Order: sequence, then structure tokens, then C-alpha cells
Amino acid sequence: MKKTLYTVSIYTENNIGLLNRISSIFLKRHINIESLTVSNTEIENVSRFIIVSYITEEEVRKVIGQLEKQVEVIKAYYHTNEESIYVQTALFKIKSKLLFEERQIQNIIKKSNSQIVTVSPEFFVIQKSGRKEEIEDLYQELLPYGIMQFVRSGRLSVTKDEMKISEILQKQLN
Amino acid sequence: METITKSALSKSEPKKKMKEKKSTKMIGAKAVVESLIAEGVDLVYGYPGGAIMPVYDEFYKSQKEIHHVLTRHEQGAVHAAQGYARTSGRVGVAIATSGPGATNIITGIADAQIDSTPLVCITGQVGSNLLGSDAFQETDIVSISTPVTKWNYQITKAADIPTVMAKAFYIAKSGRPGPVLIDITKDAQFEEFDFVYKKCNEIRSYHPVPEVDNKKVKAAAELINTAKKPFVVFGQGVILGQAEAEFKEFIEKADIPSASTLLGLSALPTQHKLNFGMVGMHGNYAPNVLTNDCDVLISIGMRFDDRVTGNLKTYAKQAKIIHFDIDPAEIDKNVKTDVAVIGDVKETLAEILPLINKNQHPEWYQNFKDLYKIEFDEIIDKQINPTKEGITNGEVMKAINNETNGEAIIVSDVGQNQMFTNRYADFKHSKSVVTSGGLGTMGFCLPASIGAKMGAPKREVVAVIGDGGFQMTIQELGTIMQTKVPVKIVVVNNEFLGMVRQWQEMFFDRRYAETIMTNPNFVKIVEGYGIKSKRVTKREDLKEAITEMIASKESYFLEVVVEKEGNVFPMIPTGATVSDILLK
Repeated sequence: MKKTLYTVSIYTENNIGLLNRISSIFLKRHINIESLTVSNTEIENVSRFIIVSYITEEEVRKVIGQLEKQVEVIKAYYHTNEESIYVQTALFKIKSKLLFEERQIQNIIKKSNSQIVTVSPEFFVIQKSGRKEEIEDLYQELLPYGIMQFVRSGRLSVTKDEMKISEILQKQLN
Repeated sequence: METITKSALSKSEPKKKMKEKKSTKMIGAKAVVESLIAEGVDLVYGYPGGAIMPVYDEFYKSQKEIHHVLTRHEQGAVHAAQGYARTSGRVGVAIATSGPGATNIITGIADAQIDSTPLVCITGQVGSNLLGSDAFQETDIVSISTPVTKWNYQITKAADIPTVMAKAFYIAKSGRPGPVLIDITKDAQFEEFDFVYKKCNEIRSYHPVPEVDNKKVKAAAELINTAKKPFVVFGQGVILGQAEAEFKEFIEKADIPSASTLLGLSALPTQHKLNFGMVGMHGNYAPNVLTNDCDVLISIGMRFDDRVTGNLKTYAKQAKIIHFDIDPAEIDKNVKTDVAVIGDVKETLAEILPLINKNQHPEWYQNFKDLYKIEFDEIIDKQINPTKEGITNGEVMKAINNETNGEAIIVSDVGQNQMFTNRYADFKHSKSVVTSGGLGTMGFCLPASIGAKMGAPKREVVAVIGDGGFQMTIQELGTIMQTKVPVKIVVVNNEFLGMVRQWQEMFFDRRYAETIMTNPNFVKIVEGYGIKSKRVTKREDLKEAITEMIASKESYFLEVVVEKEGNVFPMIPTGATVSDILLK
């Protein structure tokens, strides 16, 4: 079976220790996590984990089964890139003097659709949101000029399909 | 969550106490004990220590309501709780202190997780102000136990005790059962609060019993009705779901030859005409061979463990597969299913029964009979009626069967003793098998037998253990001595770690690496604990010794010196095809 990049979305109760329980399911099957994001959701006290892994569909289905088995997991889904809208965000910290000395940097920022978040006498920070590849391209372009710090977030993703978590929660209690 | 009803409480609580219970000021430690009482618990196993002392102080004050059994090691406590849960059908409770006390129960928790045994384990923890400071006897038991528990939780405030305890019991016993660990910091045990207990019967993120899909039931019935060579493999799910009667009616109506997994044994009486024994690595010949000949394989409450299936690539490829299970994660996990009937087997079997045609498969049935005959002549007869020198495990079990008339609960350890015992034991009643199946925990048997007897005090409990496993938890003889629990212990001594030795003989050119045991005088050790004991070395003395053991009103220890290099057959070597099962 072919390996694909799957986005696993897990709706959970907001409980301490759940990250451990969820990551151990991936660890147990020796599945590498490419990116991990945890945040609150549109529903109060419900968290959402977004985990990206490069695996086969058979594997991802088994992982979903194990995830949904956990008491505090409300629902878990998996989606391909085509089925979701996703971005990642990166921050680049660059020496301020480059902004004035290297005209090219201003062009790079404009061309890459990124924003300057802050400027100080010593450094400025560029924020870029987009696909991992776009961030990678920007990284490569800035690299020759010197990057003081670089960091990239995990994937943020919403699905094209409806998730219906509120309905699921309501159904459980009826 | 729903407030506990009067009737639910009255079983364990005198009614006059109800008023006090509405809201009573008490410390967390007392709340732990009161929560146990509210859940109907009257027996717990454990071992005290610093971080759990407040709870023990409350046990001391509540001795009338809760009997605490002091084991000799925390591992003994958790295995005893498992034995108790398996024979009583109730939730087993084990208590330990923080640090080493908590880590000592991990093996039993892992065992309960893989064998779906309902447990609530309570551990003490250092004070919340010390958490994360590497304090004395601090271990992060919540992290350690996460992969081997159904659920776990750390309590740092007394006010959380009743709700978390209620949740723990609900989770442990509902759906596919499993172990839950509750870690309670010492300050939470001392903290005073207003105690109110509400039983838990729903958690919004948890759906233990999936709804039955009628279409799947119908599809399964159609497949079963048109099958020419149907075959049923059943597991512990039938016992856990209390579906023994529905199961029997189902296979009888459709006339389907059936075989059990190790943990499914005793769900159907051994002597039932459709029971062809056990599948798997050391299971019976006919069901293993015919797994690869049947046209519809119906698995009920089992999980296609690798010890059952052998090589998955060649497992029942010719057959349509129907899988009945309560746990959706088991569907297609190992074996791809054609029809998955998800739900509580008691429900799904009841639903499929009226859709099943009354049927007969005499020729197919005869295949099982014929292959049984081959196994009987080649293996079984030689095991239970041996003529060569050296007592066999098979004849030990036969003598126990004869003496107990198949009425006993048989607790076995792990290895050859386990396979021999369960292959040759005669079971008449459900919940008669207590053994460590999935985890294969040596040392499980002796403490589990203590719990098994306390969980079913009216039944005879016989523990059959190898000389290796016996010495892993031998200290629990002290628990037997102190509680006077009348378990019957048989140690089959071959002075080897028999199963590993058998593999070394077959696959490692008889290089017996670290499997030879120099054993102590077991009888003397057991006598030291004040337990009646006997040693048998000759075949002619065996029957009488077993008669004496079973007749004993007190606990009794019998060492049987068995043949040194006996092998368990049939055998499917690891990774081989089920139908290539070896007879020798």
C-alpha cells in the first residue's frame, strides 16, 4: 500500500495527560509525527489535535480506531491534502541592517506574500503563512543573507467536510 | 451523570446512612473508602506504604464494610484482583503506595489491559507541592501507566475523588473492560471537603457499547445460512458479555463446529458436541487445520491474536470472515473482515438467532471428528494415558478432572503448564479459566488463584503452576497462610523453564541456555507457611494425592515431579500457517 501524507484531526476533552496517550498510539506503531498542533476549537472545552503523518491508509485507519477507543477522544478523522485546507506559519528573525543594506530582501518579502511583524534597531521579524513548500522556498531565499532564528508551526487545517462534533456530543448524552 | 439511586446504594450501605451521605464533611482518604463502598466493593487487595497511609487508616476504620487482603508484594495484589474479577465478573481493586509500590503493579495492569479485565487500581502519590521534584518514592505513574490502562487520572484535590472514582468504575467495567489507575496525592487524601457520591453512567466522549447495525446482522445471517462449511472461533468476549446461553443456542441452531481461544475456554462446556477445543499455537489439530478449509469463519468476541492466527498471509484466505466484537478497533486490525457485526455479543447474537436457519452439516462435522481421532491417537492418548516412564502434565490434569468432575476453576500460569492444563482440563461452567493470555505473565497463577477463590468462594479452585513461575511470586504463600484461603496448588516440576526449553530443543539445536533450574525443597518451603503439602514422584501415587488434595478443606500444596523433557504438541511454529500444525 502507498504511503500518503494524512492529516489526522482528533477532537478531545480538554484534559491533562491526553497528549501523552495520543502520542503513545503513534509511538507504539513506530509512526513518525511530521507535525503536531493542539488548540481549542469552536466548542467550549473541546480541544483539537492536528497530527500529520506519512503513512498508508490501512495504518491510518488502525490509528483512528485506537484513537477513538480512548475514553476522552470524542472523534478522530483522517484526511488527505485534497480534502482539507491547510497552512503552516513560520517566523524568520533577521538583522535589521540587512533591510537597508540588501535591497533584495525587500523584494523577497513582497514577492513571498509575507509580512513584517516587528522591527527594532537590531532585528526584524518576518511572518510567512502558507504551504510547507512556500515556507521552505522563503527559507532558501533568505538563507544567504543570514537568518538569526527560524521557527515553523505545525499544520493548521480545516476540512472541506462538516465535522458535526456538537451533534456527536449531543447524541452521546441523549 | 445521575445521582445514585436508593436501591443501588442499599445493597452495600445501610439505609440509615443515606442521610449522612447527601453531603458529609470528610477527608479525601475516607472519601476513597466511601466511594469504594458506594460502588459495592467489599474486598480489595493491596500493600501499604507512606503515600497511601491515610487511605489505610480509613480501611482500618471500615473493616466491617471492606475486607482488605494484604499480599506479600504489590504484583501479588494486582494479580489477585485480576483473579477475583475473572471469576466474580466484578471489578477487581488493587491498592499500592507511590514509587515502587506503583511500579510493582504495572505488570498486572498491562496483563489486565491485554486480557480486558476490569480493574480499579489506586496508588498513593507524594504531596502535590512535591510533584516533579524527584521526591522520595515519587514516580510519574500516570505517564508510566498511560499505554497500559484504559483510563488513568491523577487527583490533587479531595473534591475530585468521588467523581473520578465513579468514572473509574464506570470505565473499568463498561464496554470492553479494562484497568483504570487513579493516582491520589497525599495532600488530597488529608484534605477535608463535602462528600457526595454520584454513580457515573455516561461520559460524553465515551461510547462503550456501539449501536448494532441491523443490516450487518442480516448480512451475517445470510452468509451463515448459505455456508456449507461454517466454523466458529469464540473468545473471552462471550464470557465478558455474559452471552454463553445465546452463543450455545446460536451454534446449536446452525450446527456449527466451534473452537475457542485460550481465554474463551469454558464459555462452552468442553464436552459439548460442537466444541472442538482450542485454536492457536498449541490448540487442537482439527480446528487449526480446518480454519484453512472452512467457507465461512465466524469469530465471536475474539481478536485474532498472532498466537491464534499464525501467519496472517495464509490464514483462512479461502473463507468469508464474519467478526462479532464490541470494540470497533478490533475490526480489520489483523484479519480483513467481510461482515463486521459490532456491538455487545449478548445483543448481536440474540438479534441474529431468529434470522439463522436450523441447519446441519454432517459431513463437515465428520471432518472435525476424523482429525480429532488423529490427534487423540498421536498425542492426547499418550498424554492422558501414558505408559512410558515419567508423569505427564496431561495425566495430572486428567486426575484433577476426575476428582473435581470438571466443576473446578482452573488457574494456570504461563508456559507448558498452561498449555497442557488448558488443553486437557474439562470445563463444565463458564468463568472457569483464569490464566494470563495476552501478556503471558509468569508468576500470575499463585496470586490470581487467591483472588479467583475469593471471587467464587463456593467453587473449587485449583492452581497449576510450573516450577519456574511458582518461584516468581512464591511469596504469596504468605497471603494464603494469613487469609487461610483454601486454594489447591499443584506445582508440576520438570526442573526446567519448559516452554523455552522446548523451543531450544526444536529451534536452537538443544542449546539449553539458562532454562535448567536447580530447585529448592518446595515441600519444606510450603510447610514453613503452615500449608499442608505433599510431593509425588511416581505415577501410582498421583491419583491418591490428588484425591487427598481436593478433599482437603484447607489450602493444599502438591508437587508433582513430571517428565523432564516433555513437549507440548500439536504446535504451530511462530510465523507458520495454521494448517501446517505439527503433531510431533
